[in-house]
Amino acid sequence: MRSEDLFPLQEATADPPEALRGLATDGRRVIGGRNRRTDGFRKSSGKEVYTDDITFPGMLHGKILRSTVPHAKIRSIDPARALELPGVYDVITGRDMPTPYGIIPWTPDEHALALERVRFVGDAVACVAAVDEETALAALDLIDVVYEPLPHYLDPEEALAHPEHPIHEPRRPGQNGNILKRVQLEFGPVDERMREADVVVEGEYLFHGTTHAPIEPHCAIGRMNQNGLLEVWSATQVPHYLQREIARVLGLDVAKVRVVQPAVGGAFGGKSEPFDLEFCVALLAIRTGRPVKILYTREEVFYSHRGRHPMRMKYRVGASQDGRILAVDATTLLDGGAYASFGLVTTYYSGQLLTAPYEIESYRFDSTRVYTNKAPCGPKRGHGSVQPRFAFEISLDKVAERLKMDPIEFRRRVFMGTGRTVNEFRVQSNGFLECLDAVEKASDWKIKHRRMEYGRGIGVAGSCYISGTNYPIYPNPMPQAAVQVQVERSGRVTVLHGASEIGQGSDSTMAYIACEELGVPLDYVRVFSADTDLVPVDLGAYSSRETVMVGNACLMACRELGNKVRTSVARLWDVEPSRVRLAGGWAFDGQDPSCAERRLPIPQAFQWAEAEHGTLGAVGHYNTPKEGVHGEYRGGTIGASPAYSFTAHVAEVEVDPDTGFVDVKTIWVAHDCGRALNPVLVEGQIEGSAYMGYAEAIFEEQAFKRGEHGEALHDGPSLLDYRIPTSLDCPEFVPLIVESDDPEGPYGAKEAGEGPLHPSLPAIANAIHDAIGIRLDSLPFTPQRVWRALRAAEAAKRSQEVA
Amino acid sequence: MKDVLTLHVNGDALEVGVPAHATLLETLRYTCGFTGSKQGCDKGDCGACTVLLDGEPFLSCIMPVYEALGHEITTVEGLAEGRYPHPLQDAFDLCGAAQCGFCTPGILCSAYALLLRNTNPGRAEIQQALSGNLCRCTGYTKIFEAVEVAAEALRRGRDPRDVVAERYALAFPSRSMQPASPRDREDGDADA
Repeated sequence: MRSEDLFPLQEATADPPEALRGLATDGRRVIGGRNRRTDGFRKSSGKEVYTDDITFPGMLHGKILRSTVPHAKIRSIDPARALELPGVYDVITGRDMPTPYGIIPWTPDEHALALERVRFVGDAVACVAAVDEETALAALDLIDVVYEPLPHYLDPEEALAHPEHPIHEPRRPGQNGNILKRVQLEFGPVDERMREADVVVEGEYLFHGTTHAPIEPHCAIGRMNQNGLLEVWSATQVPHYLQREIARVLGLDVAKVRVVQPAVGGAFGGKSEPFDLEFCVALLAIRTGRPVKILYTREEVFYSHRGRHPMRMKYRVGASQDGRILAVDATTLLDGGAYASFGLVTTYYSGQLLTAPYEIESYRFDSTRVYTNKAPCGPKRGHGSVQPRFAFEISLDKVAERLKMDPIEFRRRVFMGTGRTVNEFRVQSNGFLECLDAVEKASDWKIKHRRMEYGRGIGVAGSCYISGTNYPIYPNPMPQAAVQVQVERSGRVTVLHGASEIGQGSDSTMAYIACEELGVPLDYVRVFSADTDLVPVDLGAYSSRETVMVGNACLMACRELGNKVRTSVARLWDVEPSRVRLAGGWAFDGQDPSCAERRLPIPQAFQWAEAEHGTLGAVGHYNTPKEGVHGEYRGGTIGASPAYSFTAHVAEVEVDPDTGFVDVKTIWVAHDCGRALNPVLVEGQIEGSAYMGYAEAIFEEQAFKRGEHGEALHDGPSLLDYRIPTSLDCPEFVPLIVESDDPEGPYGAKEAGEGPLHPSLPAIANAIHDAIGIRLDSLPFTPQRVWRALRAAEAAKRSQEVA
Repeated sequence: MKDVLTLHVNGDALEVGVPAHATLLETLRYTCGFTGSKQGCDKGDCGACTVLLDGEPFLSCIMPVYEALGHEITTVEGLAEGRYPHPLQDAFDLCGAAQCGFCTPGILCSAYALLLRNTNPGRAEIQQALSGNLCRCTGYTKIFEAVEVAAEALRRGRDPRDVVAERYALAFPSRSMQPASPRDREDGDADA
């Protein structure tokens, strides 16, 4: 790290000539520095405004009545008694919003409130608006619903086997209504290559299913204005899609719907599609003429779910003696829960995102997503690809073992570099080898692997992830990201962008880009985001798209403005525009930084430009490259990205053979993020990702009860029962940043928010194997599971000795 | 029916009218307007509602407001020293310890209470002190670091920015970026 990286802008202002010399020679000034966030002080002072912090005069409170049965026809709903309760203003049901919706336009299978059928315990049935929360809750008890139970399936195999009881009507006659999607793709002659393999490793892997559990519960407020504008404030990460869907379902003009996303208290993919509460507050606000707020209880957050799909995966991996991956053959069953959500995409992702960073010579996958009568699954950080990565990276460990090769060395040998993956994605930068080097060195791998005492082990895993998807959710040729920038004569720069700040730092990232290009101090930049009345369209915070897409759009707008400022100042000084540098709060001569005559405080530079060009503003946009970045086969666009990130983990564990308790000591994470626009934010994403993966490996399980304890109920919808790690549980996370400079990213940047999660789980599994010699192919690694595996291995050993 | 109570919040005596069964969190957020303290679970599981009573952390979401009578209540809004953030708040910002920021107010209160008792806590003591506050974004690493930076700043009477600069071997910590501590007054700050 360079010494001037901490707040370099201010030093320049303090001592112009000296500091400007440094700025003139050094390429980047803000980008790469350990800068503060633009919202940091708001967050550490309690001033940040989240949705539930907003109240309006006369605001009503809504509560949603939820299904108590896993699958049933609704014979009748009678709200009469509820409506009689003093303080109740309105009760709405499915018939008030009959238009189906779904985040993926091809699979609209949800209703804001159940229309004729409920499909899981927790499905929304009716919604009350009342003067306060207590009255609304009391009114829920007075709504009479008569259900006619239908057969229900909690297990995807059961649902698959019973097409005569479809959870959704088949889209085409003859189809199994319990299958949302099946994807079968083959790249190269898999069977032939598998036969050539010297080593074939077969395995069955189980991913259990986990949920996001953001600390902020979902919350939304609707308000109708007299001019016919409907306003919705919501803890969402996709304001644009929400605006479209609210307009569609309620039959409104999109131009008369405003969606505002206040600060969001964590999302992780769990707030990336429309939810019942958003439609309910909108309709209730229209009907009552009063602002209406709904805040989920923690229980409702668990039932809303949209978390990681449980997957049953069969993997065959064939390798040659010299360490090449000849063939990979995967069959995956995805347990989707009651609705489609992003499931169409998830089904593709479960196969498509596996094909880097390794050279895979032939590849086949067959993935089927099945409906079950449980809370719907969706995208959770590392959408659709964390599960197959778990199966595949353990398979690779087994292959390396069979080949008697060090698992890091094996991964080096199968490294693909840049170019085309087997499923034809274009990879332009790939820092995976550097990632492997970094974790190998930092963890002292060479003196630890296979060399520690029984009970102590170390494991490695790698992964790849996308920086945004090449195509938007609804097909259209318009930009995927857009930014508007104003430059004002005081020196103030305002960035208006649609990206959703959900804690990852997208607002700050846009501010850094504006500072870098326009030379202003960070506190001269104002950022406004995710308010559909103020900002250009952006698709939201999902698939790690914002740094690359919104960042590029911001860069485009700022560069146009920077050029105008430089041209005007150059004219004033009678020099070439290329000599004018904007940095550190100054415009100065880059060739002669100490020249006092050719140095202007940045507001003056802006004023010269404003005088010459008129009011200064610019828009920038970004659309992904479409030519030559993916294959032309059906589904070839799904999973294609402008840039791919790469990660390697090494995990060190200690396993207690008597109790089965797995203590993860340290996880070293090296992540190729292209370029770290702010290393503090990148490290934060790496640590947070590794944490979340670790939690899924050791602690968490989104499970549902069977039988007498409450058929189909969530196993423990609270943060006490669904255990997420505390400050005492976590291992040490060591983030290591690798930069590879991708040609498609702003300043070379790629994603950092999701990729670093993937290898956590298989790295821990591989470390457990190193520690106790046992392969755990099913998650999570609870003491019970580990203990049983240990006892089973002992029994097997004993019977072998007897024989 | 509402009762009128006098609560002592962040140095002020506030008269509030609340139902007898109201929790301290509901009263602070929806009656007094101190929305800094958050409701994450409403069951005492997550710690986002943590506030200080006479300098000790308590879960305000499961505390009847009556129990807070006669105690000095401090919320995240009361941690700053006038216009200057407490070193802990500055350290959180410098270290990137807040991502989504929703758990931050509660964590700040727990960490503040720790630093009142001990300005030289080891990593294990910090982990213990924060064990009632769930964070879903950070993996806690940067939070631990921020508490350590704040502790060092308090212990050595230094600016958190200098402590961070030292940790990362950065030569020129900024003085003028934000009015971060009363020590800025020595540099001729306008408010001196």
